[in-house]
Amino acid sequence: MLRREGFDGAITIIGDEPHQPYDRPPLSKQLLAGEWEQDRIALSDDESLQDLGADWRLGRRAAGLDVANRTVTLDDGSTVAADGILIATGARCRELPTNGLDGIYTLRGLDDCLAIRAELEDSPQRVAVVGAGFIGAEVAATARERGLEVTVIEALPVPLGRVLGTEVGTVCADVHRDHGVDLRLGVGVDGFDGHGRVERVNLSDGTSMDADVVVVGIGVIPNTEWLEGSGLELDNGVVCDETCLAAPGIAAAGDVARWPNRLFGEIMRVEHWDNAIAQGQHAALRLLASDDEAQPYAPVPWFWSDQYDRKIQLAGRARPDDEVRIITGSTEERRFAALYGRAGRLVGVLGFNRPRHVMKYRNLIEQGTSFEEAIKIAEQE
Amino acid sequence: MGYRVVVDYDLCESNAICMQVAPDIFEVRDDDFLYLLNETPGDEARERVNESIQRCPKQAISVAEE
Repeated sequence: MLRREGFDGAITIIGDEPHQPYDRPPLSKQLLAGEWEQDRIALSDDESLQDLGADWRLGRRAAGLDVANRTVTLDDGSTVAADGILIATGARCRELPTNGLDGIYTLRGLDDCLAIRAELEDSPQRVAVVGAGFIGAEVAATARERGLEVTVIEALPVPLGRVLGTEVGTVCADVHRDHGVDLRLGVGVDGFDGHGRVERVNLSDGTSMDADVVVVGIGVIPNTEWLEGSGLELDNGVVCDETCLAAPGIAAAGDVARWPNRLFGEIMRVEHWDNAIAQGQHAALRLLASDDEAQPYAPVPWFWSDQYDRKIQLAGRARPDDEVRIITGSTEERRFAALYGRAGRLVGVLGFNRPRHVMKYRNLIEQGTSFEEAIKIAEQE
Repeated sequence: MGYRVVVDYDLCESNAICMQVAPDIFEVRDDDFLYLLNETPGDEARERVNESIQRCPKQAISVAEE
């Protein structure tokens, strides 16, 4: 974006992974399934990366930030000074204590994916997935499609109940059961047992189950530790103003950024693929703009999740206590669209294999449409 | 010199982002498939086509210069 906008100064890109930029969604889908190989997920070819004319510092971690002098210190002690700095250090997986056992994974990066994939290809007897959120659900779906026995362990009584509400969360649970997943709801994980390698998962209800591979998907933590003491406000992410600026000349974007989205009147941090791109672009423009020119960043968040033959998409902000109305299809056929309303406004739309509806109502959310009006539009369709 | 919009249907997953950006060019119908309503939308639509290309989660859209 900086180059597209005509910025011709020096750009330094610092990343702790050794890999060139790659696309993450296939890590829990096509790449994990073995349908794709690594070369399919590269975000750019070598030539386009070359054309950026950037100084790449891969395999190096940012270790500190001097806000006043706009200088980043790397983990090898070297420093990079700049007129503008974009903080995009993302988030990492929440983990469970592994008791020193092998065979327990989280899924975030390419190396995680390849390690889990190698395990799935090694014909395990049973895969345990801890957490029935979107990553856990996709890993479970991929493992089932490989013909493996899968148990999903979820602490909530209804998967995604806190995001999508009970009715829709129940459909997510049913979809797993339809596909032969052993789904354990309302139960946590106390720990793991084994000899060098995981063999059993101990559950909070006192029972235990056999598993020779475990994938833990219980959420992420924004990577802000390196910014402690920098003077930036840190609170479940880097706190920015509504233009994505955290301090003069310093912007943040993606999973690590928390900012007030005026469209929803809410301070949010969004962990979606689409937002990483849109907010990255917005933050680039912000760094090039004067304070007077700066625009607020007020998108309708959107993401998708592919599980079995279902494409689940959510646009907006759903909460469990929102009013939920199914406007087309039915939960029985697992193909429907649902609108979420709060305080008289349309705030979210969820689709199970209904991409057209999701995009249509996403536009209406952006326009500030009332819930009543949205229902009326749906009835006329 | 014009251009033609090209969709790689092997890559397309019907996420319908393109339809949000340019509903006059891209349409995901009730059968969940993407239909190209206008292969040659012309210069005035070029910016929106470019945005659709960029924002497609599967990088399934491209243009052929003619």
